Amino acid sequence: MQRFIGRDLARPDGPAKVRGEAVYVADLRVADAWVGGTVRSDVARGVLRGFERDPGFDWTRVAFVTAADIPGENVQALIVDDQPVLASGAIEHWGEPLALIAAPDVATLERALAAVKPLIDPAVGNFDPELSTKVFKSIRIAKGDVDAVFRSLPAGAIVVEGTYRTDSQEQLYIEPQGCIAWPPDSDGTITVKGSLQCPHYVRKALVRCFGIAPEKARVVQMETGGGFGGKEEYPSVVACHAALLARAAKRPVKLYYDRHEDLAVTPKRHPGRVKLRAAFGADGTCLALDADVLFDGGAYTTLSPVVLSRGTLHASGPYRWPSARIVGRVVATNHVPYGAFRGFGAPQTCFAIERLFDRAARELEIHPFALRRKNALVAGDTTATGQLLEHSVGSVQVLEAIAQSSAFDRHAWCVPRAESGAKRRGLGMSFFFHGAGFTGSGEEMLKGRVRVDLLPDGRVEVLAGSTEIGQGTNTLFTAIAADALGVDVADLALATPDTARVPDSGPTVASRTCMVVGGVLAQACAELRARVGDGTGAWRERARRFLASGGDGSVTVTYASPAGVRWDDANYTGDAYPVFGWAADVALVEVDVDTCEVDVLRFWTAVDVGRALQPRLVIGQIEGGSLQAVGWAQREVITTRDGRFEQDRLATCIVPTTLDAPRFDVTLVEVPYPHGPYGAKGVGELPMDGGAPAVLSAIEDALRVHATRVPATPERILALLEDSSAIAARNT
Amino acid sequence: MKVVSARTIDQALAALAGATSASRILAGGTDLVVEMESGRTRPDFVLDVGRVRELRWIRETEAGVEIGAGTTCTDIVGSSELARHADLVVESAREVGAVQIQNRATIGGNLGTASPAADLVPVLFVLGARVRLCSHAGSRELAIEDFVTGYRTTARRHDELIESIALPRRPVGERRAFRKVGTRRAQSISKVVVALALGPRGSGARIAAGSVAECTVRLRALEAAVAAGIEPGTIASAVRLALQHDVRPRDDVRSTALYRRAVLERLLTRLITDLLSD
Amino acid sequence: MKSIFDEGDPIELWVRVNGVARTISVPPLRRLLDVLRDDLGLCGSKEGCGEGECGACTVLVDGEAVLACLAPACQVDGTDVVTVEGAGFERVQAAFLDHGGAQCGICTPGMIVMTRAWIDACRRDGTEPTEDGARIALAGNLCRCTGYGAIVAAALAAAREDAR
Repeated sequence: MQRFIGRDLARPDGPAKVRGEAVYVADLRVADAWVGGTVRSDVARGVLRGFERDPGFDWTRVAFVTAADIPGENVQALIVDDQPVLASGAIEHWGEPLALIAAPDVATLERALAAVKPLIDPAVGNFDPELSTKVFKSIRIAKGDVDAVFRSLPAGAIVVEGTYRTDSQEQLYIEPQGCIAWPPDSDGTITVKGSLQCPHYVRKALVRCFGIAPEKARVVQMETGGGFGGKEEYPSVVACHAALLARAAKRPVKLYYDRHEDLAVTPKRHPGRVKLRAAFGADGTCLALDADVLFDGGAYTTLSPVVLSRGTLHASGPYRWPSARIVGRVVATNHVPYGAFRGFGAPQTCFAIERLFDRAARELEIHPFALRRKNALVAGDTTATGQLLEHSVGSVQVLEAIAQSSAFDRHAWCVPRAESGAKRRGLGMSFFFHGAGFTGSGEEMLKGRVRVDLLPDGRVEVLAGSTEIGQGTNTLFTAIAADALGVDVADLALATPDTARVPDSGPTVASRTCMVVGGVLAQACAELRARVGDGTGAWRERARRFLASGGDGSVTVTYASPAGVRWDDANYTGDAYPVFGWAADVALVEVDVDTCEVDVLRFWTAVDVGRALQPRLVIGQIEGGSLQAVGWAQREVITTRDGRFEQDRLATCIVPTTLDAPRFDVTLVEVPYPHGPYGAKGVGELPMDGGAPAVLSAIEDALRVHATRVPATPERILALLEDSSAIAARNT
Repeated sequence: MKVVSARTIDQALAALAGATSASRILAGGTDLVVEMESGRTRPDFVLDVGRVRELRWIRETEAGVEIGAGTTCTDIVGSSELARHADLVVESAREVGAVQIQNRATIGGNLGTASPAADLVPVLFVLGARVRLCSHAGSRELAIEDFVTGYRTTARRHDELIESIALPRRPVGERRAFRKVGTRRAQSISKVVVALALGPRGSGARIAAGSVAECTVRLRALEAAVAAGIEPGTIASAVRLALQHDVRPRDDVRSTALYRRAVLERLLTRLITDLLSD
Repeated sequence: MKSIFDEGDPIELWVRVNGVARTISVPPLRRLLDVLRDDLGLCGSKEGCGEGECGACTVLVDGEAVLACLAPACQVDGTDVVTVEGAGFERVQAAFLDHGGAQCGICTPGMIVMTRAWIDACRRDGTEPTEDGARIALAGNLCRCTGYGAIVAAALAAAREDAR
């Protein structure tokens, strides 16, 4: 019986948050702690020769750490070992960490930072990914024979092309990065507590940096004020730095970034360039797609191979292409390394294919909704990697729902209207999908585990490495566990994600926490329930009896992917993801023709989430993710100059306020996924993929200009309008 | 660094007697504290006038209305006197930051910082504001265009305090407009900001713009064109011509020179068209 | 540079925080945010930017919503300061819980304080609380998680309940 699944549970972490009692890392009082800071490169490329330290400063008052002090390997462990913890020679990006300082107080720290000068021989950096010769990863997806199709197109077929660009984007979690590290204790264990998404990633990084066994690195997640992917890999950098300082200072060290430092040096969304060329039949049927994807990875590999993977796997959109070729590269430049941000490569490529569809719609004179409806993948179709879509394919359902709620299918899109005054309104749409979970055999390799333990008083403790970062992990796990065990909320306890206690459930990323980890949790609870047995009395009584009779009250379950999932990583064919989420967005914009300012007034979205285990949380993800996408579409400008981010203060790094946010209209569609807990599949990232093309489609309806770059700032829209009126003037 | 908190104007002036070019006046803190936090400013002396009640008032006078330099944006937004005489000041104060900023930011502070993007300053220009300065040596009054002299520079001597701003009675038949274009709908620094005050047909026009030069500027050539009379169909070209020399927009982290010039032209065209057709 | 706020001869700051009178010796430019968090152990007010842009440090000073990261101690001497840990927020807090107004929670204290300031202003001015009014009041409080819908709904619900 489901008492909590499908019905909103009170957030367990809610009361503390509304009272200001939730403890984030900067709220921790640690006696005798010093404060840490980072000495960084002020050039994007060069060679570090050493440091000049002002002898007038008393260096015995601080701890000063360089690469020479790293006890293990000078490697920031992630996928490829190319990023050092501290530069020891080559400098590859602006702001690269060169040395660390810890001091008893902020004033001393600031004086020490001012008293050290890195000696760098600068070199010329490359900031243009098109010119880069260092490829972190390349991928090729091929289906059918694209060249053959283009060589002999049927009568009436059209070819549509476009080059689409997406600029970088800042995650802008409102709590900046930071952690506290303690020096090794008597048995050599290092402890770090921080604002992070993946405690086990941080542990892995400490293990390499210090050359210690995993049990000797303890990482505890504090209440975390937002992540969105920005705290997936970077906390490992902060943790290694803080731990090195704690070791050198022989006392706890707080390493907190202020907003300026966070904006200047932490990873952001990969800038992308997607070239598309597609053939459509006269009736609008998709025939062939040729895609070339280029992402700027910045200076080091970090997560780029996986971002490219997801980007290329989504490049063909939620559409049926008999032939498709997608070639992708992510390359090195001397930019600050780019990293994880909700969507993780898919927003960049989803943007491109959706804009191309709008262009095709105009050329074919077919309504953009009808064109998408016609070509939408449905159950029984295969994707560009040859994956047969079997389960939970809510593509048509979300399209029908969005038509119902927004009436976009009945809107005369891009038809000139008689308008006067300074304002023009427009309506536009997008249609998109997002693979839930890790790609291919990723989940199988991760072997995410959850443990549930009976406590002596009969309550059940849930131990998982998944973190609450606002999305509602704690609430969701409580609901799943309560229903799977058949208990009340009060019978449950959720363990803090502490690597000393909880198993590695895999990282809190990739829209997998509900679908994968939640599923494992449900299984573990079901098994514990079966062991305890249904008997007389309430749960706690039965559980205590079970323990008293010598029963084993600890259950650990490891994720096993459903049978028949096949993925060929060498050829990029097969089942890319266990399942996809599907969605469609419609945006209503109002554009001021004098200033080209765009207001997004309303935003409709229809989302197939499989099953909404906690509807309020799901809607929260959809509205939050959609606003991030809308902000990116219009105004979240991130630019670099000589490899340095220009928007390095919150005054210049613009994100939406209440007055910039549309009114949201969310329709939840449920097409259950049989291998997800209670039918659920991932939703966290999906909303990020559709907002930008929907907004630009609406701008196109309002102004009849085809913007091909995100963000479509007023400056860029003005340029497009002036180009198009110049063209019109020339043609008269 | 020396910090003095004054409670009266006399105390403030006594403290200012020894001020240097590195000294700063702390009013609402919404500019100065940010500049200090960012490392951009390191004063040798900070004079806190945030609690000087003698600077926070709004009074109707025979000549019009006067505003104490310590009056906050929130005070301005809620003032019936200003709604009557200087509605444009109210409109521009509403666009400053957000409520928390408006509760602290003062008109004296906005003027004293003289950022080219200052929201209140173009309005004060077109309403013909006069700025009263006082020091231990006495007081003097300047027209606002003589007060704002360049990029973040004013005619205020180091030992002077901005005491108040005087605005004349609203001329009969004067039509006014204000428009700010920012990076978003709240909490934003302007990309372009304009204010206009047009007298009845044939009489003068005052037009000022911010964020399109090193400081707020009067668009004199355009004012002359408007005062001389522009044919309705030719406003756009008259604006474009008149703006050629009066503004020097630049590229910066917020926007581009191209955009600023184009938007300034379009906004002025529309606002002048609308005001002239009233 | 934070150490700049340590300069100047210390003052005896008298401030009533959440109804309790406190006297502490602090540098005159010490930010109210640091006085609250570090000197008085009240960590409910958060630092999201230190530049007055995010609103996470919003507190009430003599009933007015103010950014504690921009308020130097010398300017709050002798005032009544109320933080999210104080009394009088229960209705707003309940509304935020009911409507899902808190996700990661870091912007929540500032939102709650600002919401109450708005409700107090509506009551004082006799204005009817509307969605537009709530959005204008909260425009200086950034949230990255929620998209604002749930927050505005919570604020409006609390305001309407207060008006009753």
